[in-house]
Amino acid sequence: MNAGSFVLNILILGVPFSVALLLAALGETINQRAGIFNLGCEGIMAMGAFVAFLPPFFMAGTPQAPFANLIGLVLAIVVGALLGILFALVVVTFRAPQGIAGIGLQMLGWGVAGTLFRHYVGGVTGVAGIAAFPIPGLSRIPVLGQILFNHNPLVYLAFLLVPVFWYVLFKTPWGLKVRAVGTYPRAADSLGIPVARVRYQALALGGAMAGLAGAYLSLAQAKMFADDLIAGRGFIAVALVYFGRWNPVGVMVGALLFSLAQALQLSIQVAGIDFPYEFAVMLPYVLVIVVLALVRKARMVGPTELGKPFDREQRV
Amino acid sequence: MGHEPIRSLELRGITKRFPGILACDHIDLSVGEHSVRALVGENGAGKTTLMNILMGLYQPDEGRILLNGSEVRFRSPNDAFDHGIGMVHQHFMLVQNMTVAENVALGMKSSHRPFRLDIGAVRKRILEVSERHDLPVNPDALVWQLSVGEQQRVELVKTLCLGARFLILDEPTSALTPQETDELIALLSKMSSELSIVFISHKLHEVKALSDTVSILRRGRIVFEGRTEDQTPADLAALMTGHDVELPRVDSGGAERPVGTGMLSIRELCVKGDRGNLALDGVTLDIAPGEIVGLAGVSGNGQREFAEALNGLRGVDSGSILLDGAQIAGRCAGAVIGEGMGYIPEDRNTEGIVPSFSVRENLVLKDIGGEPWSKAGFLRLGAIADNANDLKERFDIRCPTTDTAAGSLSGGNIQKVILARELARGPKALVAVYPTRGLDMGAEEFIHKQLLARRSEGVAILLISEELEEIMNLSDRIAVIYKGKILKVVPGKDASKRSLGLLMAGVVDE
Repeated sequence: MNAGSFVLNILILGVPFSVALLLAALGETINQRAGIFNLGCEGIMAMGAFVAFLPPFFMAGTPQAPFANLIGLVLAIVVGALLGILFALVVVTFRAPQGIAGIGLQMLGWGVAGTLFRHYVGGVTGVAGIAAFPIPGLSRIPVLGQILFNHNPLVYLAFLLVPVFWYVLFKTPWGLKVRAVGTYPRAADSLGIPVARVRYQALALGGAMAGLAGAYLSLAQAKMFADDLIAGRGFIAVALVYFGRWNPVGVMVGALLFSLAQALQLSIQVAGIDFPYEFAVMLPYVLVIVVLALVRKARMVGPTELGKPFDREQRV
Repeated sequence: MGHEPIRSLELRGITKRFPGILACDHIDLSVGEHSVRALVGENGAGKTTLMNILMGLYQPDEGRILLNGSEVRFRSPNDAFDHGIGMVHQHFMLVQNMTVAENVALGMKSSHRPFRLDIGAVRKRILEVSERHDLPVNPDALVWQLSVGEQQRVELVKTLCLGARFLILDEPTSALTPQETDELIALLSKMSSELSIVFISHKLHEVKALSDTVSILRRGRIVFEGRTEDQTPADLAALMTGHDVELPRVDSGGAERPVGTGMLSIRELCVKGDRGNLALDGVTLDIAPGEIVGLAGVSGNGQREFAEALNGLRGVDSGSILLDGAQIAGRCAGAVIGEGMGYIPEDRNTEGIVPSFSVRENLVLKDIGGEPWSKAGFLRLGAIADNANDLKERFDIRCPTTDTAAGSLSGGNIQKVILARELARGPKALVAVYPTRGLDMGAEEFIHKQLLARRSEGVAILLISEELEEIMNLSDRIAVIYKGKILKVVPGKDASKRSLGLLMAGVVDE
């Protein structure tokens, strides 16, 4: 294998790897902009992956099978949004500490998904999943076509959502409210903006995105479900939001960087390069830590009230 | 909706209870058209609560609001805006990492189009309002880049953009320099020809300068209502506190102190701020035993860093600090305390006390490791309790028992706990940072008397404050700090508000 095709391989692998992270991190960006960090992202992804997996698994061979993936995706989005709302109930309405509540949600999602899976499905079973959809014309472009335009539809969707989320956050009234309640909820409140409602909405959207991210893993990337399918991607997504300075474009850069490192370590193993595989597996995670440590502490960018509950009648 | 002029606004029997406190007790208040009503009272008298009820932020437990004679109910600030009532809060309600226009847009529902924020319309409205009322603002500036005075202007513009014809101003001058305050007062009196204004303050000369009528609140009740011009500031102060108040003044006549005999001698002190900037740039200052030196300046000019460096809480870049001849620059806080430094920190709740500890524990916190409060690693609870009872008497600390958590006391009593602890240790020097900030006049009077008493006992006191009145009343000499440098040191008796105000703004004219 020559160096050129080695690099090409990494790029072709890396782009779809980034999708689950990107979807979850875009949702988490909205959460955090609204002042709430959802460490339960991992758990919502597990539930999303599980419920999305069910329709293709049980409908295989029936006449409705062609719609199974779509039903699975919708199910994952709905379940994700509901879990987001559950989290909002705990941290917005009951003002529970967000870190602890998030860890609780993570364990809940992971445990429920795993238990139901063992009970109703059993061992590891594959599904047909979502097929690649090369974009006519564009996918023929040498090199670039293979890297960018030869994937399943969710990959395109994820990258299209980056500008959409940027626009929503910075150019719409709702985005303005989200940023305000995450930075200075008291000011938003004084202008008649319903702080709790906006936070519920943000968490529902964030949950839906995490559910979709989970569905991507089970339907498009792994095409199966297993207990440890998510493998910490939910936590990486939370870290990527910091890395990306709460900006969808920055988050995308982070997701790609991490995924390319992941692809690199896989390629190293596949190519049989003499490099201890344990270190190769660590590489992407080490990279995240290093980059997070080096990111400049920019002033006045992010949501300064991140993690703090809001109580109007609390006297200051 | 609600474009009719506001001819009268009446509050009737408004009552609001918070757990354990009756914040507003059957308050009646009415304000007419084109008038300025001052609402004065001590901290905790219920002024802000009352106005938050008027804005729909709090719901009253009892009482009614009448607008032009008919009853209205405000469920949220939106309802108040819809009726033309707007409020400028004491703490600016501006989102720091957004632009001015975005902050206004947040409340301007007409700019909220589906899928699009019409920021152009917001910008246009801002420019209209700022031109009409002579309030220059740049709609595209980020709020955190603006000075406090500019932010105050943005708040006014924002409120006017949202259609306010009835303006509530909650202590609008508390963060301003004297010059900015004068400008604001002039501006508001001009605006009062078109608007009705409720002006909340406890600075009585501002009340005198601006308002037509005045209402005084004490412990949740209106205790006085009348025309402002019929009252002197002293009358108002007495009504506010319920007793005659006379803030003590220093008498620094005569005693010219020889230079160079500082109890506290600071030489060429350079200290870095949190962002690596040079927060103190070569400060030299001497404070003699029995002298109060006031450090005047707009906050954020290095005062905090100065106080922290003097108390071993912040590293020193270069320069020296001698306390009674001992070098304390760069030493740890424990060593500085051991040399006899006393400290009344800026933030009494987080630096001055441990809020969850009892009053008696807080009172011995600085010496807890040794005699007489502990022995062989065990606390001597009896001695600690006796000490607390003694100090409670001497410093008039009002708490149910000395076992009460210090954090549950009022601001004034917390400050007395700190004062008692620091002064009972018999310090050689004392650094007092904004010692009366946010306190009412009664507590202020007590603290001022205590500081003057220590002065006569020979303690060297550095008084850091933004309140010119406080500094001028208490200081033998006044140093003005600007951008980390001492611009000038003047004798207290020669200082005037105007000259200090100019120096605080960085203007040095000989």
